[in-house]
Amino acid sequence: MSAFLAWVSTLPALAQIPLVLLAFFAVIALLIFFLEVAPRSGRKFTIIRAVACVLIPGLVFLALGSVLWAAAAATVFGALFFYLDYRSKQGAGYLFQLVGFLSPAIFLLAIGLIYPTIQTTIQAFMNSRGTRFVGLENFIWIFTQDTGIRTVANTFVWVLIVPAVSTIFGLAYAVFIDKSRGEKVFKLLVFMPMAISFVGASIIWRFVYAVRPAGQEQIGLLNQIVVWLGGEPVSWLSNSPWNTFFLIVVLIWIQTGFAMVILSAAIKGVPAEQLEAAELDGTNAWQRFMNVTVPGIRSSLVVVLTTISIASLKVFDIVRTMTAGANETSVIANEMYSQWQGFEVGRSAAFAVVLFLMVLPIVIYNARQIQKQREIR
Amino acid sequence: MTATVPARVPVDKKTKKQLARGEGAGTRTKKRLTSRGATIAALVIAVLWTTPTFGLFISSIRPPEQILRNGWWTIFQNPGFTLNNYTEVLAAGNSTLNLAGAFINSIAITLPATIFPLVIASLAAYAFAWIKFPGRNWMFIGVFALQIVPLQMALVPLLSLFSRGLSIGDVELFSSLNASNSYSQVWIAHTIFALPLAIFLLHNFVAEIPGELIEAARVDGAGHGQIFFRIVLPLTMPAIASFAIFQFLWVWNDLLVALVFADGRVAPMTKLLAEITGSRGQDWNLLTAGAFISILVPLIVFFALQRYFVRGLLAGSTKG
Repeated sequence: MSAFLAWVSTLPALAQIPLVLLAFFAVIALLIFFLEVAPRSGRKFTIIRAVACVLIPGLVFLALGSVLWAAAAATVFGALFFYLDYRSKQGAGYLFQLVGFLSPAIFLLAIGLIYPTIQTTIQAFMNSRGTRFVGLENFIWIFTQDTGIRTVANTFVWVLIVPAVSTIFGLAYAVFIDKSRGEKVFKLLVFMPMAISFVGASIIWRFVYAVRPAGQEQIGLLNQIVVWLGGEPVSWLSNSPWNTFFLIVVLIWIQTGFAMVILSAAIKGVPAEQLEAAELDGTNAWQRFMNVTVPGIRSSLVVVLTTISIASLKVFDIVRTMTAGANETSVIANEMYSQWQGFEVGRSAAFAVVLFLMVLPIVIYNARQIQKQREIR
Repeated sequence: MTATVPARVPVDKKTKKQLARGEGAGTRTKKRLTSRGATIAALVIAVLWTTPTFGLFISSIRPPEQILRNGWWTIFQNPGFTLNNYTEVLAAGNSTLNLAGAFINSIAITLPATIFPLVIASLAAYAFAWIKFPGRNWMFIGVFALQIVPLQMALVPLLSLFSRGLSIGDVELFSSLNASNSYSQVWIAHTIFALPLAIFLLHNFVAEIPGELIEAARVDGAGHGQIFFRIVLPLTMPAIASFAIFQFLWVWNDLLVALVFADGRVAPMTKLLAEITGSRGQDWNLLTAGAFISILVPLIVFFALQRYFVRGLLAGSTKG
């Protein structure tokens, strides 16, 4: 595989795309073929399954550039797996299908997210070079000095404000424009910030917040408005604690479009009959909204709130490009990066663990939600 | 495959047309729901949300010295128009790459990095929704929980995995990918980081396909492969398309992954823009023009796929 990729990378950029996609789809098509024939009974299909079980692990290992004996071991495990599958309680081929569907995703997640997470967690309890176990020292360091506490507090502020405000704005806007003339144009206008990179958004808002000394002509819109109203130009990004709120505005500006598009689609999914029935019962628009629409889009609301919460917990680019964490605007992700750049790997990892712990309640809530949904089915 | 609409049989001609256009409710509720106050509020939000970008666009076509002298809202008092900012920024960059080349790179990175995770995630989503196995719920929740792993946490170990391979003790289990200066690292990295959310969202859609439909197919002798390819995939295609838009935007706009995995001549546009911001941060003419080029493609994609977008989300949310 590495040889194939190396060869592909010598081609012109635009020629690489179809080639790689073709190879990818060929592999997937083969996989789906095997999944289809796996559970069929009969000698022919058993043989196909056996061959696949024995050959595929070995070939995958070889393709990934593994040493020979590891590939051989994989082949043996494949044969063992075939036997397990053959003896499976749910019938032969059941395990084979399960593994076929799940293994690409699970394998990638294991090497790309699970393994690095474990490594980082271990590092959080080690010293800056990762050579000595120091217990909770890194965490104590975070919570005993002002910047550390401020960083964690700021992150709390972000995650409390951004999801709530963007969802409210997005929902209100989606309701207002629902089935109105020019709905698509309206949607596009608010969705547009979603299409802008955080770097681009930071450029745009730095331009809005730009400040010139009093008396000069302002080039930043916000200060111009202040001057028009008879005030003095303000340096928005340097006065704590309000500067954090001016950074938060940028993320709200971006995420509202996301909330609006999802919720708008969900609103359209609320059955018209229910709304009409409520209308016949003499309810007003607000009651219909609160008692019919909102319960109807509950699961979409949860998805939106969760996604935005996680995005605001991880926020990095905006803080990094606009203030780099100066003037008490730092957040955990930014501090993590700064500590990592300063070769304080342990402290950086400790910040990551704190972040992880902060997201845990959100995940637990959602997990329960998912379980409830599954019980209904 | 008309199975998405049977909830709404008896359909007369008019309703059918509305359904085809993706409108849910009839026109009768239309007038009563839209009040004047709501229209004004919507207009205010729309203006507030658009103004910053609009200002950026106006600034990008003004001559550089005017951008620095006065605000973009004075364009009528100080008229001036130029496209030089755009030609200048396309040629700007570093020694190995200019912004025009980075634009091509962005395309070459984004397309595969959008398609790979979607295919792999829909396979996994199908298994989580329709194959029963012990520990399914916990595993699914575990995948969902992986969303919280901050990117920064995973970047460095993954990079060393790519460049040095995996060895246990002195034994090299996997050799390195040997792929610096190619797109493959970025593709794989983006694929991995997109998977948790993609699996989670697609699962929500896949799970809402009526169970009778799957059962019927099974009775007719279809295996999981056929059910997946001929029933689940077409029915979730709108949802896949709508997630594809988001994934496209995320990859296109990503800076962090690109900083680590795409260096030298394969760098995408965001990285180059950030570089220009760093080295020429007060050249507002270059920054505004560059930022505008970078948002052009996502906007076109959104326009082109908008139909799928709304429909896909519709299909998934009918159960509320």
